[in-house]
Formats: sequence, C-alpha cells, structure tokens
Amino acid sequence: MNHSDGNIAQPLAALVAADPDRLSSVCQRASALEAVRLALQRDLQLAFRKRGQLVQPLAFFAMVTLLFPLAISPELARLRELAPGVLWVGALLGSLLALEFLFRDDAHDGTLEQYALSGQSLTALMVAKTIAHWLLTGLPLALMAPLAAVSLGVHTGALPGILFAVAVGSVALSLIGSIGAALTLGIKRSGALLSLLTLPLSLPVLIFGARATQLAIHGASFAAPLELLGALAVLGGTLAPLAAAAAVRISLE
Amino acid sequence: MNWTWFHRLASPPHVYALAVRLTPWFAWPAALCIAAGLWGGLVLAPPDYQQGDGFRIIYVHAPSAWMSLMVYVTMAGAAAVGLIWRMKVAHAVAASCAPIGASFTFAALVTGALWGQPMWGTYWEWDPRLTSELVLLFLYLGYMGLRAGIEDPQRADRASAVLAVVGVVNVPIIHYSVTWWNSLHQAPSVMRLGKPAMPLAMLVPLLLMLLGFTLFFVALLLTRVRGEVLARERTASWIREVVRA
Amino acid sequence: MPEHTIEVDNLHLWRGDRHVLRGVSFKVLRGGCLEVCGANGAGKTTLLRALCGLVYPEQGRILWNGENVRQDLPAFHAALAYLGHEPPLKADLTARENLHYWIGVRRHLGTSELDTALARVGARSWCGQLVRTLSAGQRRRVALAGLTLLPVPLWLLDEPTTNLDAEGRELVAELVREHLAHGGIVVAAVHQGLPSSVRNVTRLELAA
Repeated sequence: MNHSDGNIAQPLAALVAADPDRLSSVCQRASALEAVRLALQRDLQLAFRKRGQLVQPLAFFAMVTLLFPLAISPELARLRELAPGVLWVGALLGSLLALEFLFRDDAHDGTLEQYALSGQSLTALMVAKTIAHWLLTGLPLALMAPLAAVSLGVHTGALPGILFAVAVGSVALSLIGSIGAALTLGIKRSGALLSLLTLPLSLPVLIFGARATQLAIHGASFAAPLELLGALAVLGGTLAPLAAAAAVRISLE
Repeated sequence: MNWTWFHRLASPPHVYALAVRLTPWFAWPAALCIAAGLWGGLVLAPPDYQQGDGFRIIYVHAPSAWMSLMVYVTMAGAAAVGLIWRMKVAHAVAASCAPIGASFTFAALVTGALWGQPMWGTYWEWDPRLTSELVLLFLYLGYMGLRAGIEDPQRADRASAVLAVVGVVNVPIIHYSVTWWNSLHQAPSVMRLGKPAMPLAMLVPLLLMLLGFTLFFVALLLTRVRGEVLARERTASWIREVVRA
Repeated sequence: MPEHTIEVDNLHLWRGDRHVLRGVSFKVLRGGCLEVCGANGAGKTTLLRALCGLVYPEQGRILWNGENVRQDLPAFHAALAYLGHEPPLKADLTARENLHYWIGVRRHLGTSELDTALARVGARSWCGQLVRTLSAGQRRRVALAGLTLLPVPLWLLDEPTTNLDAEGRELVAELVREHLAHGGIVVAAVHQGLPSSVRNVTRLELAA
C-alpha cells in the first residue's frame, strides 16, 4: 500500500475538521439540483448496465395488447372500439410491473439509507428517482402505444394524440406508483399489495386517459381530458414525492 | 387555549378509562335512534308512489354509504394526528376504524345491489355512486392489507397512516373522475336519492337512521379502541390494574 | 478549533415489545472515540441508527454541539457519515463510479481526490472493476475510501472491521486515529473492539 499518496487527503481532512465553515471554500456542498442530477444519472446508468430488464415492461405491454384480439375477436372495427381500454389497461399494468423495482435495490444495498442521511432533501431525491423511472418505463410505453394502437385498427391520424396522452398519463402513473412502492418496501412478495394500493389511486388517470384516446380515435378534440391528465400529473408532482419521502423514512425506521 | 385535554389523550390508560366510561352514552342512544328510525321508515312512512315498498332499503343503504365515507375521513384524521404528534393511541383509533368502515362500505354495496334487482332488474349498475363505493372498499382493503403486510407494529402504524392520508386526498378526485366518466356515457342514475321534495314522513326516519348509525359507529369504535389499546399495551403495568378491577 | 460534542441523554427505545435501549446516556467530546459493545441483539445497530436520526426514540434526547438534533436534522446529517453493516455500493457500478455518486450527492468531488482516496485504501488496481466482482473485504475498503472523502466531524461506524484482514484492520485504525487527531468524533459499534492502536477510547456496554 502506497502511503505517500494519502498525504494529499490528510491536510484536507484536517482543514475541514478544524473549521467546518471553511467547508464552502475547500470543498463545496453539492446543491439540491446537483444531487438530483447525480441521482438521476446513476439510476439511468444502472439501468443501461442491465439492458435486458429495460425491455420487460414493453414486452408485457405488447403481450397484453395481443391478448385482446385473441380473446375477443380479430375484427378491426370491434378492436378499434376497445382500443382506448386495451391501451390504457396495458400501460397501467406495464407501469405497475416496473414499480416494484423503483426502490427495491436501493433499499436492499443501503443506498436509500445514504440518501436519507445525505443532508439533501429526500423529496428532491424522490423526484429524481421518479423521473428516472418514467424515462425508463413511461416514455418507452408512450412510444410503443401508437404501435399497439395500429395493431388494434386505429388510423394513423389519431396516433400523435395517443402518444401524447400516454406520455402525460404515464408521468402521473409513475408519481402515484412511487407512493405505493415506497410504502411496501421490504415486504416480501409485495406485488399484489402494491397493485391493490396503486390501482384505486390510478383510476382517475385511467378514466381521463382512456377518454382522451377515445376522442383522438374519433377525430374529436381531446383537449379537455388531456388537460385533466396534465392537472393530475402536476398534482402528483407536488404531492407524491413528499408522500414517498415520508414512506421511505418510515421504512428506514 | 388549554391543550392538556389533547395531550392527555396520548396516554393509553387515560383513553382506555375514557372509552369505558363513554361507550354506554353512545350505545344506548344509538339503539334508540336506530329502533325509532327503522319503525318510522319501515312502518310509518308511506310507500313511494314509484317504487312501492322497495325504496325502504334506503334506510339502511344511505346511512351505510354516508358512514363508509365518514369513517374513512375519521380514520385519515386519526392517522394524521398519529403521524404528526407521534401518538400511539391515534394509530390505535385509525386501526380500529378500518374494519368498521369496510363493513359499512360492504353493507352499502350489498344493499345497493339488493335495491337494484327488484327496481331495475339488475344487481349491479356502474353508476357513479356505486362505483365510488366499490373503489372506497378497495381503499379500505389496501389499508388493511398494508397493515397486515408489515411486521413491525410501529412501522405498520406509520406506513398505513401515510396511505390513509394519501387516500383521503384522492377520494374527492376519484369521485369526481368517476362522476365525469359516468356523465359521458349518460347511463341512467339508478339510486337517485329522493326527489327534490322528500316528504317529511320519509325524511325524518332517514335522518334518525343516520344519527343512529353515527352513534353506533362511535360506540363500536370506542369498544374496538379499548381492545386495540389493551393489545398494544399488553406488557405495560397498568394493564394488570385494569384486569384486577 | 470548534468544540464538537455528541451527547445522548436517557435514551429509551422499543422495537415492538422489546425494550432495546434502556436509559442510554453518554457524552463524547472532540477527539473522543466511543466503542459500543454488546452481544448480538443488544441494540448496537439500533443505537447507531437512533444517533443518525433514522430511528425515533420514545424517550430521551440526542444533542449535537448542545442542540437537539431534531431541530435541524438535515444540518446534523450534513455533519455526519454513517457506515452500516453493508457497504452502500451498487453491484453494477465500479468502485470509482459508486464513490462518484455516493459522495457527489453530498459534495463536489474532483477526480484526483477520488483517485487519491482509492489509492489510500489499496484499491488502485481494482477500482475500475464492477463491485459485483469484488470480495467483501474489497467492498469494505471502498466504503472506507468514501468515508475519507466526506469532510464531516462525526463518524458513526457499524462494525467497521468486518471482512477485513489484519492489514485492513490497521487501515481502519489509522483512519480513525487521524480523524480523532483532527478533532473528529468516532462512535463505533464493535464486536471485538477496535484495534489497540486507537487511543482515547471509551467503552459502552449494552446489555441484551
């Protein structure tokens, strides 16, 4: 072990231990925004190291979409009527699938604990994790929704609207889901309980999202339900990270 | 303002003694009100000109539905108090509310279905009120499921408290969205609760039943809280005094 | 030099029905090291976590520099470093990346500083490997490197010498000695005790 390299670190520790106020000049505290950026970056980097897992919610969504024509009827006219429901149920279930992993690994290896002890706002770090979750789950689902819609007989004019609606709705779903995921941390086989907690809270998203999709398919203006979806996402954005942070602290007790 | 009464509520022995004293004050009036309401509603009130005698189920359905919501709000309130002031007794109250509220919700759904069949020919209709009741049942089940799933009792208390508060914020949102959804499809509203002018003979028993159910809920809650407090404090010394008495 | 003190006053804590911490009280001044000893299940980890503010005691106060930590918990957290049983590392990131994120969330971290810290714990040759491929002892060393990068006066360490060979244990002793010499405080939960080269150690025995 080469001790001479350690001499650079020693004076630093000495300076800072001697006078913590010099902390700001010697080594700066990270700001909340930097902490959020790093937390987000880490989650994304980790996800790309396990690239196989990224595809799972999408594969699930595709499977669900496949189930309905097989179970009901291959007539496109009929499927078009059902398309809003099929798309949104698929998106909702796909989002649920990925929620279990939102905090699980972090809770297991102690990194969530370090977040709680970092001196940074835990709420802000929750926002970072939820954004990462949406980028890895919600956004891909939104990009896939038009493809699923086409397979259900929806005409191409409606596709941008569908993409947009699922994108906004999935933001709300990720936020709402983070609460349930945080509450069920550490419970073994929590999948069913997580669904039971999250689905009732997600119903408004389902209702407004499916309505927006339906209007888009019929060529009508879907501004009203889309605005309601947006309102849900904003409300979720302000309240869900707070609730999730509280739930995380409770799970660390 | 003198807050000692509030802080004394944090003491389990005090709450236990209070619950023992207060229960009869709620139980007897509850029995009276419900008896009077049932007599007034089932016997005295005239049959509805449209629905005949079938409407009488409203005397159980409407108070149940109202109570299911009120109990949830009470549960969330107790949970919030427990979270903010770290009162174990508040968590005991919230835990006691949940099964009572779930039962009221279930009763509302069942009576709603029983009402639907003779009147509209179907046991279930996706009208906004029934659908909201069903979602409320799932909220209760989720709450109880979360409590059951967490082993550490303090953590179970606090986690379910967060869930209850989140739920109570969502209840108006869910109800609004379900009503909005229902209005789009213009489904007939099955359980229209009385025309604008409900005759007094019908209304008074209904209000009596409502009051009776509320008193019944408080009496039942006090009884359950006593049990919860005993179970939670079973290692404490004051329990032995109570058992001896 | 500022007078850092950590003081615990009559701490009582229950886990379910178990009265884990019964009236624990102590005070550690700057440059002081407290060894918390006890059998398994005596509450060593619980005490450390209560000190962190992660677990809420039913009774008692924790004072940092004379002030109740509950009054400004984030500020208290910014002044402490906690190492739990398991090193807080992500298996799918390298040692360098792990430290970059873990420490970076708290303070600006330059690459040279990071490299120096890793070299100090003997990680120079394997710091670019995924943590998944490292041994338990190597992971512990990475955690210690992180500790040296956090400019905080209070160290709360849960079994810091686990999985380390004799050389590793001496490294821990060296780091602790340095930290104490610069006016820091160390509270460590230990099974067998810190290496004897650490001076000025008070022991706190927790009965099961």
